[in-house]
Amino acid sequence: MKIPIGMEDGQNHLIAQKIQTAYPDFYIGATLFRGDLSIHIKKEGVLVISQCLRDDPALDFDYPIHISSVDDMGGTSSGIGKNQTASEDRFEMVYELFSVRKKHQVRIKARVSEQDCTIDSVTSIWKGANYQEREVYDMMGIKFNNHPELKRILLPDEYTEGYPLRKNFPVEGRGWRDTFEFLDQGDTATAE
Amino acid sequence: MGLTGQFEANFITTTVDNAVNWARKGSLWPLTFGLACCAIEMMAAVASRYDIDRFGAGIFRGSPRQSDLMIVAGTVCRRMAPVIRKVYDQMPEPKYVISMGSCATSGNIYNSYAVVQGVDRFVPVDIYVPGCPPTPEALLEGVLRLQDQIMKKKVFVKDHTTVAA
Repeated sequence: MKIPIGMEDGQNHLIAQKIQTAYPDFYIGATLFRGDLSIHIKKEGVLVISQCLRDDPALDFDYPIHISSVDDMGGTSSGIGKNQTASEDRFEMVYELFSVRKKHQVRIKARVSEQDCTIDSVTSIWKGANYQEREVYDMMGIKFNNHPELKRILLPDEYTEGYPLRKNFPVEGRGWRDTFEFLDQGDTATAE
Repeated sequence: MGLTGQFEANFITTTVDNAVNWARKGSLWPLTFGLACCAIEMMAAVASRYDIDRFGAGIFRGSPRQSDLMIVAGTVCRRMAPVIRKVYDQMPEPKYVISMGSCATSGNIYNSYAVVQGVDRFVPVDIYVPGCPPTPEALLEGVLRLQDQIMKKKVFVKDHTTVAA
């Protein structure tokens, strides 16, 4: 795995090694940036690895601080070089996890392709992931398998313009902000 | 005229329009409609230092049915738009709207899919107060200009210049 400038190899970190030994099929690599560990995994392994991160007594990640996504058009924000297969997927899921008891933190990254824009939901492991995954779905359009209530959370249900945080979405939208359908209904309070 | 100079100094003359408009402008009851940081300046304008009540616009109401001035203070998101329109429709006539700040007036820097580019796209606005956010003095100036406008209104004569939204 190519390590970008400014980052160190996280391979020797104990948490990274633990994941690598337990799930060699899903493990891609690990980077360290100013003490923050990021573990890159394949998206098929997100559920089993999350389960391990929460239930292993030495890891004990009980708190999903933040779940988000990145659209870098298959670029290099993850630190994985362009020539490697994993970097060709367009989106990246980012899971920021914290252990309240152990007071340690880890970042899990998994790339999701545009063609198969799905990933397993981790709501069965952390209930707090529910709304955060819904926001990712709302803004980026990544679908979560086995999510209990996968629908838009910030935008209205009837919103049809797409997923605003995708890089090919026009910043001013596609006309929704200038359409006021409610003006045609009910009393319009005209002066006599 | 035979009446010229016939009365004592405790006697005044005016028009009905003038009297009604004077009463209206001196008793504006604003509706609290703080949407963003402009609301902080609006609150400052109400508080003791600036005291908007000096101009008769001090009684802020939480209900549109008891208000006649809506101060739209802040960024208008598209999802908020039907709520603003509904609240405006619930206000009894005569009613006035102040668009406070750059966001409510034009969307400001928020050229975004979710931000309405000016509240005047779905409610009629009487006064625009520029600023980001406007100072309390600027809001007071807006209220004073609105009062000037109210004084020019015809109360009983048909006013063809009024444009319905």
